[in-house]
Amino acid sequence: MTANALLEFLLRQGDTTLVLGHRLSEWCGQAPALEEDIALANTALDLIGQTQMWLGYAAEVEGAGRTADDLAYRREAWDFRNLLMAEQPNGDYGRTLMRQFLFDGFNVLHLDALQSSTDERIAGIAAKSVKEARYHLQRSTETVIALGDGTAESNRRMQAALDHLWPYTGEMFVADAVEAAMAETGIAPDPSTLRAEWGRTVRAGMAEATLTVPDSDFAHQGGKNGKRHSEHLGHMLAVTQSLPRAYPDASW
Amino acid sequence: MTGKAPEWPLWEVFIRGQHGMAHRHVGSLHAADEKTAMLNARDVYTRRSEGVSIWVVEARHIVASAPSDKGPLYEPANSKTYRHPTFFDIPDDVGAM
Repeated sequence: MTANALLEFLLRQGDTTLVLGHRLSEWCGQAPALEEDIALANTALDLIGQTQMWLGYAAEVEGAGRTADDLAYRREAWDFRNLLMAEQPNGDYGRTLMRQFLFDGFNVLHLDALQSSTDERIAGIAAKSVKEARYHLQRSTETVIALGDGTAESNRRMQAALDHLWPYTGEMFVADAVEAAMAETGIAPDPSTLRAEWGRTVRAGMAEATLTVPDSDFAHQGGKNGKRHSEHLGHMLAVTQSLPRAYPDASW
Repeated sequence: MTGKAPEWPLWEVFIRGQHGMAHRHVGSLHAADEKTAMLNARDVYTRRSEGVSIWVVEARHIVASAPSDKGPLYEPANSKTYRHPTFFDIPDDVGAM
């Protein structure tokens, strides 16, 4: 049971960074400014790099002879365990950065705690990733503040982005049987214990951005337990998986 | 939005490649403010571990010499070869100078 829970946990980690990394890469060549384009592509590459570590370890734990690439390219949408927030379409640039801010705030706290995991591999991955995540948070925070506290139009769009994404944030903190097993063995923190500090980070940023945090606890769920992904994930996988599926074992 | 959006200010980026060396001009970028300029410099110019220190300065704060002043600025030095320290052998151990 613990091995299964560990595999589930690693898939949640790796699938979230994979899906979010791909979403960010969709901006490559299209971001509103050259500097933003490069910066967001850097973040996307960081997340894909973290994916290799998480899914690489997941494949080892699974012990079925699969590789990280097999997990990334040869699973169906219902096999994925990423957060629903990660698979949502980018929307405008402001919404993309708002999602990044909401995720980065969680990711930093989560990775920070994972550095003291009882599982050495996880502690190592977290130690490498948390430095990247801290930079991502610094950057997304600056951008959401600049856009929120910008023009009337940018403020309106950022408030709309926050309102739209808010119901997707709750899933990050849901502690189900997998998370409970991880917490019990000291492999990972109970994510619900991170919520208060995340809330403080987010509220401070949103206050500076002159945005109003929605007063609602409603949370969309079904991403990290794989029970109910949104229709967007399948379309995304059709893009990311088309080449490996058309040319299996292709190398370049 | 009405009309054309104003361009972000231009910033010049200086990076020190290693301790003991001077900052060198590596290029420029656009950013809305100094914090973003620093972040953009990190993302645009240090992706391959190029530096240990970054300076950014808004381009409008740089005072530049005019090409038309070339004569009065530089020519008087041409005839004063004794100002060039070319008569000394620099030991290899000194390294970059």
